[in-house]
Amino acid sequence: MQPFKQHKGVVAPLERANVDTDAIIPKQFLKSIKRTGFGDNLFDEWRYLDHGEPGQDCSQRPRNPDFVLNQERYQSASVLLTGRNFGCGSSREHAPWALKDFGFRALIAPSYANIFYNNCFKNGLLPVELPEETVGRLFREVEAQPGYELLVDLPAQSVTTPSGEVIPFAIDSFRRQMLEEGLDEIGLTLQHAEAIRAYEERRRREAPWLFRS
Amino acid sequence: MPQPGEDMTGKTLYDKLWDDHVVRDNEDGTSLLYIDRHLVHEVTSPQAFEGLRLAGRKPWRVDANLAVTDHNVPTTDRSRGIADPISKLQVDTLGDNCRTYGIIEFGMNDPRQGIVHVIGPEQGATLPGMTIVCGDSHTSTQGAMGAMAFGIGTSEVEHALATQTLVQQKSKTMFISVDGELGPGVTAKDIILHIIGTIGTAGGTGYAIEYGGSAIRNLSMEARMTICNMSIEAGAPCGMIAVDDTTIDYIANRPFTPTGELWDQAVEHWRTLHSDADAQFDKVVHIDAADIEPQVSWGTSPEMVVPVNGRVPNPFKESDESKRSAYARALEYMGLKPETPITDIWLDKIFIGSCTNARISDLRAAARVLEGRRIAENIALAMVVPGSGLVKKQAEEEGLDRIFKDAGFEWREAGCSMCLGMNPDQLSPGERCASTSNRNFEGRQGQGGRTHLVSPAMAAAAAVAGHFVDVRTF
Ligand code: SF4
Repeated sequence: MQPFKQHKGVVAPLERANVDTDAIIPKQFLKSIKRTGFGDNLFDEWRYLDHGEPGQDCSQRPRNPDFVLNQERYQSASVLLTGRNFGCGSSREHAPWALKDFGFRALIAPSYANIFYNNCFKNGLLPVELPEETVGRLFREVEAQPGYELLVDLPAQSVTTPSGEVIPFAIDSFRRQMLEEGLDEIGLTLQHAEAIRAYEERRRREAPWLFRS
Repeated sequence: MPQPGEDMTGKTLYDKLWDDHVVRDNEDGTSLLYIDRHLVHEVTSPQAFEGLRLAGRKPWRVDANLAVTDHNVPTTDRSRGIADPISKLQVDTLGDNCRTYGIIEFGMNDPRQGIVHVIGPEQGATLPGMTIVCGDSHTSTQGAMGAMAFGIGTSEVEHALATQTLVQQKSKTMFISVDGELGPGVTAKDIILHIIGTIGTAGGTGYAIEYGGSAIRNLSMEARMTICNMSIEAGAPCGMIAVDDTTIDYIANRPFTPTGELWDQAVEHWRTLHSDADAQFDKVVHIDAADIEPQVSWGTSPEMVVPVNGRVPNPFKESDESKRSAYARALEYMGLKPETPITDIWLDKIFIGSCTNARISDLRAAARVLEGRRIAENIALAMVVPGSGLVKKQAEEEGLDRIFKDAGFEWREAGCSMCLGMNPDQLSPGERCASTSNRNFEGRQGQGGRTHLVSPAMAAAAAVAGHFVDVRTF
């Protein structure tokens, strides 16, 4: 997994609460058996005026000029600023894959849905949680200033605005370490293979009905 | 004498399930939890199997896995296979992966095939006291068995396959108590929609929910699954209900259920799977069953729900700015005017199905309303998609298929179908549907489609009337 330490990038504002995973990546694109190639279809129903299907050449499709990611000033955005409960709905990891594939490295919102939040960390995408008020203020700053960039610093757990304001955020230590070092979680767990085997042996005695087959 | 620092209060059901599955506590506050049952479907597993292969790993415990294909499969004649080559590849990939590793799979033409969260309990493959995971958020359904069941992403699917464990952080606990008598015509679906309308779609974020109270205890196992199914719509990754006679009666004599001495041993343990009387929850919500009426969602989030005799809300009356804009946006998408009576909303399609409401009791409830009646002229399509091949067979033995067909419904093969429209069952732009599924997000059932979430009885009544009606006076 790609590690995340610091990232500075243009911020795109998606001022909506409860953006669900069906909106982030509609179901027809979940038929892929790959992890990549979802970026062109990120927010597909909002981004394009026609109906999207897998395998299309998206550069030829009519774009919705009102959708924020289609605006010239956000073309190179890599930080997504959005409303509360972002990523609600399904467990599809295709949602963080699509955000990442599009070019986002960090998200900023007042809150996230649990499974989505968890999935981000497995994919080198940092979901930053800031108070609703602060996020509201950042929306106004982004709108007012074309080319608005934020510096997101994971080890320091802070976001720095163009005016030099430093806004702290918190991430639990396990997730921070995974992301900072881009660790292979399965490899780490397998270091405890002995403990897993010991647990299984004990459970086989205590709850043998769980091991019949 | 309790030692200093030792917890003196009783344990919640969640605490018991958690403690039973801790392989080790990590230094950072997370724990490595053992996974008893891993359910696998075609959409969220291919990249996990690929990851496994690329890393040169294999499944830790093959017999803990059970696979089924449900999201992509056609619900019409299956003898010609899957027309869409991309869907077909995904379904075939699951078959290949299961064969490679020796995982049991219910393929498209297996009579036991069905929606993953329907077949788990139906087979007795998911049992009380288990940790149950699946790359699918509605895994929460199976917490109704007195289990810890939650949805995971594809990276965690790979982790569960490779290690039989997951790294988890303990959730806070919430107890939702529904007490008193339910009114006639009020179902489990109405209870859970009412709960979500009350606590909101983020109300359960960070919590494991336990449902209890006399109204919940009086529900059948299938109705309990309907409740737990939509825990995720309230933001909670898992919902659960204590084990009682209803649970144990339901599990007895299913294909994967233990028998003989093992059964007796298991039942003895299962009887302990309830929260202790003095257990402390982080949050408690009380709901009076008598307050719950048949529900209809009007917007694009499951919390946007009102009783059938209510009206579509007026965003201009909302004082909260973000709510006002969300309501206005939802009304625009749904093509509805503020203050419209719910019973004035006319429909184009009816969908009875999904892991929320496609078990046999759901089909019976709908059939009871439809018996001797026909769907209205304006209904372009009404369909029933049973939750599994076995539910379908049972319904046919009871003659329910005849009732549905005589009423003008299409009688389909089992699968997810128009709950999310990954297969050809979809809404067209602007079409309005009464659906027994769990999500009314924009585009969920097809781009531009408009979904209203209701119970099976309410969907059946709406099919006959052509618009929403109060099933209690129907
Ligand atoms: S029926 Fe719908 S909600 Fe349930 S698993 Fe299938 S797609 Fe998901």
